[in-house]
Amino acid sequence: MEVPDQPLPAATFEDLALPLFDQLYNFARWLTQDTAEAEDLVQETYAKALRGFSSFQVGTNFRAWMYRILRNSFLNSRSGLKTTVVFDEEDHETVGSAGSPNPESLMIEQANREIVQQALADLPVHYREILLLCEVEEMSYEELAQALAIPLGTVMSRLFRARKALRSLLQQRLAGGGHGM
Amino acid sequence: MVCEIGREKLDAFLDGELTPAEAAAMSVHLRACSACALDALARVQGKRAVAAAGKRYEPGTQLRARVAKNLTTKPRSQTSWFWKIVFVPAILLVIISLAFNLYVSRATARRQTILGELADLHVAALASATPVDVLSADRHTVKPWFQGRIPFTFNLPELQGSEFTLLGGRVTYLAQTPGAHLLYQLRKHEISVFIFQDRGAEAALPSGPLNAASFNMDSWVKNGLRYFVVGDVSAADIQALSTLLRDAS
Repeated sequence: MEVPDQPLPAATFEDLALPLFDQLYNFARWLTQDTAEAEDLVQETYAKALRGFSSFQVGTNFRAWMYRILRNSFLNSRSGLKTTVVFDEEDHETVGSAGSPNPESLMIEQANREIVQQALADLPVHYREILLLCEVEEMSYEELAQALAIPLGTVMSRLFRARKALRSLLQQRLAGGGHGM
Repeated sequence: MVCEIGREKLDAFLDGELTPAEAAAMSVHLRACSACALDALARVQGKRAVAAAGKRYEPGTQLRARVAKNLTTKPRSQTSWFWKIVFVPAILLVIISLAFNLYVSRATARRQTILGELADLHVAALASATPVDVLSADRHTVKPWFQGRIPFTFNLPELQGSEFTLLGGRVTYLAQTPGAHLLYQLRKHEISVFIFQDRGAEAALPSGPLNAASFNMDSWVKNGLRYFVVGDVSAADIQALSTLLRDAS
């Protein structure tokens, strides 16, 4: 759902935040991999955002702001602290093709939704989150930078590496062929 | 495999992050380069697969109800206007009062500085071996002496019948401005009379009886000239001399 970058002057927190509820829950569930934790995370996110709404700067991206709160809450949670934060910025590989044959083609031909979901779940969190925000939420690079609190250049390199890692996982599974396709 | 052009910009193109010009160039390239076109198609399929797979979880209705219940409906704009209404005038008031206090304290400091300097000039003249440069009790001798020495002229009172005696005069300076310093005697006391051009800079100075460093003083402006009378006599005596000078000018 599209949320305006600039809330209307009379817009309430409720008006802006509730339309994001389904997406935020989906994202929380992907991050935590657990229903109860996802529910707690979403509630915590809304409570924190409501408290901090007065400090939200009109003109900045509300959706990215909400995702950022959710993500920070997750990283500070028990399961979030177990997450290994990988700093992938040392990898200077040129952004480009992630190898052949095209696993995407194979994906369409052979893989069903479940195998992609399993591969996404197996990705490190920092790859999983950027892929979900980019492809599912269709965030721009600028929004991604705000939501993930990383520079624009890092958005592009991390996105490239995330896609590459996903292709690699899918290739392994498709080559193994034993995952219930 | 894709060619160099595709390698660098294909993802950004498919993510809608290229400028219109770059995107147009990429479209042209994709029509000409089959390798890149195939790769682009595969990547689009990959994006769609992730988008479809990523929409996986839906929240329960109970959770939605719990979260919605916890949200207040206080409009953000009203909150912010409330603080503006309360705080902006308060802050303005503080700023104005601070500025006013600063102005008043600076004006007071400046006034004290001028009065202090006048007291110093009075004392310094009395302590000098030659308190006056023109030594005469005759106002018709003293007044012409200042011609060419100060950039203005003034009138001195006839003292016959009064207790005051003119001792003489000298050129003096206050805040880099030349003026006349006249010395009068009343019984055993010397009284200084200072006359300067009134340039408005001393506007902060009050007219009327003053007191500085235990000296009694009087000050007024008349005909563009600022007068000061300074002495250790009583305020009434200072006033008496002031009246004579006022009437003469």
